[in-house]
Amino acid sequence: MPTPASVFPRLEPRLGSVSKPIQYVGGELNSTVKEWDCGAATSEGETVRWALMYPDAYEVGLPNQGVQILYEVLNERDWILAERTYAVWPDMEQVLRTGDEQGPIPQFTVDAHRPVRAFDLFGVSFSTELGYTNMLNALDLAQIPLHAADRGDEDPIVLAGGHAAFNPEPIADFIDAAVLGDGEEVVLAISEVVREWKGEGRPGGRDELLRRLAVSGGVYVPRFYDVAYAEDGSIEAVVPNRPGIPFRVAKHTLMDLDAWPYPRKPLVPLAETVHERFSVEIFRGCTRGCRFCQAGMITRPVRERSIETIGEMVENGIRKSGFEEVGLLSLSSADHTEIGEVAKGLADRYEGSNVSLSLPSTRVDAFNITLANEFSRNGRRSGLTFAPEGGSERMRKVINKMVTEEDLIRTVATAYSHGWRQVKLYFMVGLPTETDEDVLQVAELAKKVIAKGREVSGRNDIRCTVSIGGFVPKPHTPFQWAAQLDHETTDERLKKLRDTVREDKKFGRAIGFRYHDGKPGAIEGLLSRGDRRVGRVIEEVWRDGGRFDGWSEHFSYDRWVAASERALAGAGVDLDWYTTRERGYDEVLPWDHLDSGLDKDWLWADWEDALAVADGADVEVEDCRWTPCYDCGVCPEMGTEIQIGPTGRQLLPLSVV
Amino acid sequence: MGVREQPEQQAPPVQRLRIRYAKRGRLRFTSHRDFSRAFERAIFRARVPMAYSSGFNPHPRISYAGAAPTGSASEAEFVEIGLAEVLDPAVVRASLEEALPDGLDVVDVVVSPGGSLSDLLEASHWHLDLATPASVVEPAVAAFLAAPSVEVERMTKKGLRTFDCRGAVVSLSVAERERGSRLDLVLRHGTPSVRPDDVLSGLKAVAGLDLGEAPLLTRVAQGPLDEASGEVGDPLHSSA
Repeated sequence: MPTPASVFPRLEPRLGSVSKPIQYVGGELNSTVKEWDCGAATSEGETVRWALMYPDAYEVGLPNQGVQILYEVLNERDWILAERTYAVWPDMEQVLRTGDEQGPIPQFTVDAHRPVRAFDLFGVSFSTELGYTNMLNALDLAQIPLHAADRGDEDPIVLAGGHAAFNPEPIADFIDAAVLGDGEEVVLAISEVVREWKGEGRPGGRDELLRRLAVSGGVYVPRFYDVAYAEDGSIEAVVPNRPGIPFRVAKHTLMDLDAWPYPRKPLVPLAETVHERFSVEIFRGCTRGCRFCQAGMITRPVRERSIETIGEMVENGIRKSGFEEVGLLSLSSADHTEIGEVAKGLADRYEGSNVSLSLPSTRVDAFNITLANEFSRNGRRSGLTFAPEGGSERMRKVINKMVTEEDLIRTVATAYSHGWRQVKLYFMVGLPTETDEDVLQVAELAKKVIAKGREVSGRNDIRCTVSIGGFVPKPHTPFQWAAQLDHETTDERLKKLRDTVREDKKFGRAIGFRYHDGKPGAIEGLLSRGDRRVGRVIEEVWRDGGRFDGWSEHFSYDRWVAASERALAGAGVDLDWYTTRERGYDEVLPWDHLDSGLDKDWLWADWEDALAVADGADVEVEDCRWTPCYDCGVCPEMGTEIQIGPTGRQLLPLSVV
Repeated sequence: MGVREQPEQQAPPVQRLRIRYAKRGRLRFTSHRDFSRAFERAIFRARVPMAYSSGFNPHPRISYAGAAPTGSASEAEFVEIGLAEVLDPAVVRASLEEALPDGLDVVDVVVSPGGSLSDLLEASHWHLDLATPASVVEPAVAAFLAAPSVEVERMTKKGLRTFDCRGAVVSLSVAERERGSRLDLVLRHGTPSVRPDDVLSGLKAVAGLDLGEAPLLTRVAQGPLDEASGEVGDPLHSSA
């Protein structure tokens, strides 16, 4: 194939007319632009080309770790070229569609401004289902047929990844393939399959390439599976429709994270983005067993990076990026076996400099004030965030987040007595078996926090911000069978809680209240637990102008409702059927043929435990990091193991260069 | 109520350096805010020993002056930094060049003699590359220069403003290019601030000149204005 022309000369005269044009020009520090035929000089003589997309605006997509890691891992191979693309804002979409004398300008990569359609693979990373309409828009702008069935040999293989890909059925019509789990190794394996097929002269075309990927067992190709529906609208069966295609497709798990210390060359944008910091993932996976948490279920087992690797990654990252803020990332960062030593070691190393450290995702019970003090040694004490998630003790037992009220009060008391002035508490509304009373307990808890804060600090300027999100049941979790709370009841409960807080003369003004209405959660619920029939809804919404559904100013609930009514007419199912309906044990779930390693019977038993706890039973799921247990099934099923410290080692001072 | 602890006082800078940089190619689309973030990171990456401001949230001492609008290229942008150590400007120049992305290029670094850098930036010399042939542009330029004042409108943060764009024009001429033409423009800085695109609006206002495709604007010089010759000097090496 001839080298595709850069579309930049066509864009350039129009960039002055769009908002924040810098997001479209590329040239970020540590970005990579390779020759289109970079693989020609290698022994195999073939080049494999990836366009990687984060399906949201550049300011959200650029900092995404997943895309940055894959971009770097792929570009390190001399025969692979990877470039990035993001969702364009409506003003740029207008510019692209209007085009010039050559016609519309296609969706392009920001690295070399090459048309996305010219690549071999188009990989889209979905952290959330609300990016689906943005993928459809990008496909359309790229002039790639929307439906996988209509694509030809000139079109890239459209591949979905990220957490949402653990149930890709709602986008099954639009993608050629999906990959579950950690991407580092599988993108290389896929690249090799593509290289071999290209080297052989592309035998059997697109269909044969997809077959080769599917028979590996690690790539899900929806077209090779037929879905049959029963009279009542539920799924009867999902079965392979040709020989050699596995019944179930397994997730990928990267072991030995120390061997994969990415990103090594963090991308530094010129544009302002949502995270202006360098992040180091200190471990992957979480086995706390919170029943609502999809991330904690699908990323098992826990695999830690060692204290030395963390130290090296922090130093390398800030030197290569120039960021002065470092985030230690994971699902529950205070749970690292050597977090105390890591915090102290890093704080010592960067003492007296303007490098600041932050620790998102801390649990209340794992929190330790020494840690927070280490992290704030160089910086300001702005606020601390804890996530009890459930307002009442009963709710916290239902979700298996075993934080007692005493734990929480003791923790905040220590924080306030050490000079912290503001605490942020995160809760969910709409959890299974929840009543109004459970939610109103949030107000009681917040009042007690303020009262304790005033008592221990002797001050009146203590604040507590309560932040509330709506619970959305997710695939591969014990709550995958649960009924989602309808948005009207969600909003009523939030209103009652808000009124209760506001009416309180003594504490009301010290408590901030942040929440969103329940409508976007209902649509997220439809997309999370949907099946292939939901694809028509997504397409209708996109055709009606739906874009950027994760942005409240762009999201339209009415558009989704109207599209659902049109697209699901005659199917015997509707929006409520997908969201507010509780599922039974025997129901075939749309993602049952996708293997996250979790034993479905274990998930069901855990769901039953949750319901029993709701009625007063006393069951707690222990964390297998400390209490050996293989019940969830992941380690035996996937051939993986827990990889944790402590190593007993320390961070040494850095020698001055 | 307890008394809030006072932040530590920072030492004043021991040296101030003036830096001239260029905004080239596609990086002309960096806004001023984009540049300042990139510059602060480059300073940190290059390990330049900055002096910091005092306060609860100390900032490196950096003063920006007269930034070109987003989308305009420039060969003459200026920034002044305060250092905690005395350094050779050539060393700072080399390490900043290394640390900044291509397209944000350091052109010159000198030790500040003191005084205000912004006060030296009296005027700018611009090149405006148009797709329109010189023969079409010439009559518009003549009409513009003949007019005592030319009122134009521009949307600002305070709403639509109307002002004269003729008074700030020190000189304006047009020359043929391979494709289209180039306007050579010297603009005096002042209030209201007149930008090169205001002059294009002025050409349209006096002679109906329609430019079609967006022109490429490049600031080629910024500095003291020699009133006699109408030329813009170099503020880092001025004899004044």
